[in-house]
Amino acid sequence: MAERSFAKEVEHLRLGDGETFKGEAILAITKGLLQAGVSYVGGYQGSPISHLMDVLSDAKDILDELGVNFQSSANEATAAAMLSASVMYPLRGAVAWKSTVGTNVASDALANLASGGVTGGAMVIIGEDYGEGSSIMQERTHAFAMKSQMWLLDPRPDHGCIVDLIEKGFQLSEASNTPVMLEVRVRTCHMHGSFVAKDNVRPEFTLRDALETPTRDLDRIVLPPAAYQHEQEKILRRLPAAIDFVRENRLNEWFGPREGKVGIVLQGGMYNNVIRALQHLGLSDAYGRTQVPLYVMNVTYPVIDSEIAAFAAGKDAILMVEEGQPEYLEQAVNTILKRKDAPTRVHGKDVLPMGGDYSVQALMEGINAFLDQNHPHLRGNRPPLPDARPVLALPEVERLKSVVPSRPPGLCTGCPERPIFAAMKMVQQDLGEHHVSADIGCHLFSILPPFNIGTTTMGFGLGAASSAAFSQKGGKRSIAVMGDGGFWHNGLTSGIGNAVFNKHDGVFLIVDNYYSSATGGQDILSSRAPNRNRKTNNPIIKAVEGVGATWVREVDRTYDVGRMKEVLTEALTTPEEGPKIIIASSECMLNKQRRVKPQIAKAIKGGQRVVKERFGVDEDVCTGDHACIRLSGCPSLSVKQLDDPLRDDPVAAIDNSCVGCGNCGEVSEAAVLCPSFYRADVIHNPTWWDRTKSRVTMAVIGLLQAYRARRRISVEFA
Amino acid sequence: MLRDETVRLAIAPAGEATERPISIAIVAMGGQGGGVLTGWVVRLAEDAGWVAQSTSVPGVAQRTGATIYYVEMMPAQDGLKPILAQMPTPGDVDIVIASEFMEAGRSILRGIVTPERTTLIASDHRALAISEKSAPGLGIADSSAVNDATGVTARRLVVFDMDALATANGSVISAAMFGALAGSGALPFPREAYHAVISAEGKGVAASLRTFDAAFDRAQGREEPQVPAVAEKPAEMAPTGRMPRFADARMEGLARRVEAMGLPQRVTEMALHGLAKVVDFQDVAYGAEYLARLQGLLELDRSLKGAGRDHELTFQAAKYLANAMVYDDIVRVADLKTRAQRRKRIAGEIGVGEDQILQTTEYMHPRLEELAGILPARLARWLQSKAGFYGWLDRRIDKGRRVRTYSIGWFVVLYVVGGLRGWRRASLRHQTETAHIADWLVRVSEAAHKDYELGVEVLKCRRLIKGYSDTHDRGKSKFTRVLDTIGKLNGREDAVQWARRLRETAIRDGEGRDLDGLIRTIGSFS
Repeated sequence: MAERSFAKEVEHLRLGDGETFKGEAILAITKGLLQAGVSYVGGYQGSPISHLMDVLSDAKDILDELGVNFQSSANEATAAAMLSASVMYPLRGAVAWKSTVGTNVASDALANLASGGVTGGAMVIIGEDYGEGSSIMQERTHAFAMKSQMWLLDPRPDHGCIVDLIEKGFQLSEASNTPVMLEVRVRTCHMHGSFVAKDNVRPEFTLRDALETPTRDLDRIVLPPAAYQHEQEKILRRLPAAIDFVRENRLNEWFGPREGKVGIVLQGGMYNNVIRALQHLGLSDAYGRTQVPLYVMNVTYPVIDSEIAAFAAGKDAILMVEEGQPEYLEQAVNTILKRKDAPTRVHGKDVLPMGGDYSVQALMEGINAFLDQNHPHLRGNRPPLPDARPVLALPEVERLKSVVPSRPPGLCTGCPERPIFAAMKMVQQDLGEHHVSADIGCHLFSILPPFNIGTTTMGFGLGAASSAAFSQKGGKRSIAVMGDGGFWHNGLTSGIGNAVFNKHDGVFLIVDNYYSSATGGQDILSSRAPNRNRKTNNPIIKAVEGVGATWVREVDRTYDVGRMKEVLTEALTTPEEGPKIIIASSECMLNKQRRVKPQIAKAIKGGQRVVKERFGVDEDVCTGDHACIRLSGCPSLSVKQLDDPLRDDPVAAIDNSCVGCGNCGEVSEAAVLCPSFYRADVIHNPTWWDRTKSRVTMAVIGLLQAYRARRRISVEFA
Repeated sequence: MLRDETVRLAIAPAGEATERPISIAIVAMGGQGGGVLTGWVVRLAEDAGWVAQSTSVPGVAQRTGATIYYVEMMPAQDGLKPILAQMPTPGDVDIVIASEFMEAGRSILRGIVTPERTTLIASDHRALAISEKSAPGLGIADSSAVNDATGVTARRLVVFDMDALATANGSVISAAMFGALAGSGALPFPREAYHAVISAEGKGVAASLRTFDAAFDRAQGREEPQVPAVAEKPAEMAPTGRMPRFADARMEGLARRVEAMGLPQRVTEMALHGLAKVVDFQDVAYGAEYLARLQGLLELDRSLKGAGRDHELTFQAAKYLANAMVYDDIVRVADLKTRAQRRKRIAGEIGVGEDQILQTTEYMHPRLEELAGILPARLARWLQSKAGFYGWLDRRIDKGRRVRTYSIGWFVVLYVVGGLRGWRRASLRHQTETAHIADWLVRVSEAAHKDYELGVEVLKCRRLIKGYSDTHDRGKSKFTRVLDTIGKLNGREDAVQWARRLRETAIRDGEGRDLDGLIRTIGSFS
């Protein structure tokens, strides 16, 4: 684990009864799991739940004390299958992932788990990556909960409420023999807040107990006829048990007056923004004292019919606030009221947006429209709503629209993937454009300028698989890109094994940067750092050859752009049959810098000889055409305006954030761009030999320079 | 001290409960310490016994993209915690802190800077976006547009270069922004409370405090935005009032010839700069050649009554003729790389200390074409005619070379090449360039006779030629296509506008596709 240490956060996990936890909600969740007495935790990293995995990775001591088995799962399906430990034994377990992508991968295991049911509490922490800042397709996890019949918790964004629902969620799972999901949105995961902690709980029944006295029950295995019985159990026993538990424990909440002409039903996660919207409308104060009755669904599946009916009773209309689409809850509420023949009108997506974030602005407008139609007097003297439209219409702001440049995310300074894509771009200039299947990971930034490489992305580890249809003989070959993270997640079998078996002639490029980098630098099988808790250092090439690949090339320094070009060209042109596999390896620079920077600083301080490298541009040699930037896009490679009336265009310049990776020089050399780039080596604590050599050399050079300077006419102005 | 403009509730409000929390949006780019600053602001409020909540969406934005951190804070009331929103609402943000000037502009476009409410605290330094950097010419966004917009949208402004201030004080921009926030007085906490937050950090405290204090004073002292100092295009040669003088007496003769032309000061100054560049490239005789050509253009200018246009033609000619005559050959590159000033400049930029040793490695990739260019014209042509031999030789030469500049062996090689000025005038490259310049000047004259301004436009097209090897060839081809198309604009009244559009498109366009489109458009009506 190289990216950063979570030692400070780990200390939070030790807080005892009555102490106050302050920090991110995702860490509060982690603490909540330990308070609930889990026996095992698994999952796959990804925003917004990476920190849960990272902290537990660094918390081995605490986990050992509590007897908790923590695993970084190979993928989400592995994590979901891990929950099978709770099927036969009274063991509490939790797994976590980014959703819906992770839930997609896990859904086979989840469906089997939900069919047979559980004995111990089983919980999936769902990082709902939806709305602004999301990096994936816009879908809801809600559908998965409904189709497999798993209970879905959607707590109010409040640390206390979330942690409480973890404890209650396990109880609910056990009371109804059903796995549950706890959904937290991106902003909530990264929300700073506080709650009063309790002591961690060591499980009474342990994994060791289960292993020593194994039990089995054929009725819990998904195979006919038990599978038919499971469906009946879900309907007749588990659902009613869950409804009873939710009602009796008041997991859903009522706020504001009981009676009213109108009321709002909302997902727990929407609560904070709804309160703010009501405040703008003059219907609540900042502390949540609302004049409109609210029914907050901290459990969004199952919907509790009797609670909905009771809330609607006596009201002319209710508004369903449900983020995302389709509008499952609105449909459910309508069905419930229709069956009960209740006269209450149900509004929802007719006044609120069908898709996208339910920001305060969107909610304010929707609730306002709802009130206008159903209870216009409620808004009283109608205080003015915040409105930025007049400001946005100012001519000065209008003009700004065409000025402010977009800032697409890109590869970091010194990223080892940059030279790979620069080489690909150059090879395509020679051999023509090729079809490129991209994958999920940092390398997906290749689809953006300046590289503009990549046509599709089909899911994590599926870059290689998504070029499967293009296994055509002769002519141009397809190229598939995949990261080391995706490779171990499933790409080895779904992509490489598949290509070998089906004799695919295409090129398969595996980008190996020693970590699962895009998710925060977690270790994976092929990571090269020693890890005392895991077995690392398992080279990708052995796996690839193990599944039968024969044409395999390793480039163990991606910054060698010339070599990268050579290998790519060979792969695209060799007559050899079968997949052409390239493994391009160099350490993720973000992680490398975090690792080596302190080491270098220490070495210099300790008087050791250290050579520090960085790159530069000769400003009088550079002509300002910026071709180098169009082939690289390094954040440290920028432009600057010279104080020279003869020059129109800014010249390239490299700032102090340069880490000396050499990409710009290599690219400029390989693409025959220009001779402006130089690498500057600064020797710290030089040896006697360094000093003598430099003194002699510079004396000779100084003489030559002085000779020429004397003969040169100075054009300096006085 | 909360806001006084409260929302009037329909019911009788219970004192402070009608207030909304103080809301702060921090707009930053990944790696600018936005997260650190957010943590400090939260801690500041919590230390004062308030409830504070922050949210953010790091995700992919962390990797160099733009991102936004949002903080709300408010005291609890009778044991009740305030319910705090998770994202900023347009028109309802009290403080916006922008870590970069275009990000300040973006926050205005998001509608979170409004005149009734918002204190905008922004650093006016620029971190260029990829689209600004990759444009083949000048693509830097116009900071004055942000200046104009901040002027009409913010209730209060605290704008200065926080990045420079932080660097000068040995810290990072988050400390400067924290200081500016404190100095703005937008939050009801004393300066000591901020100090306490920084001190609790335990790392780099002294430098952070120094930066904080400097930014605090700056924020209190002045509020009007400064003119951004970096990356702005220098104004077109403002007359300095005093004619520049050369230090070297050998330049006197040439300088007097420039003065004798009797031009307005801005033209004379440009000509002196051009002269300096040309002489530095070759020798005094070459400078004289420059002046002779310039004289020819001045006569053209006068014959077209250019005095009434402030001698714009001669002014542009002085600039672009010098650039054309100073072409980039291997002699020039080697010469520049071996100068003493060059090493001094690098050492200064990187900050090489007394007890450290600097070495540089050049990334060069010469092709036979460049080497042949410096050979005497006849020899070079003979070489080019022997295709097989030329190819064989090229394969031996055409590869990347790492040149250790300050090793005696490599330095001597560069030094000798840099000293080949004597060969230059006889070289193939010189012949090619001279013919190219002559052709260009004929076109200038033709165009100017049709329309004075069109002549000026043709002069300015010289800007299209830059770079080395392939890039240079592409530039030259763009130049030729643009000039050919301008030639076809015969007699049109709007020829000047079209010429300008052609040139600007060609400069902006890296791959040349937009230019092709424009040329087709012009072809359709001419």
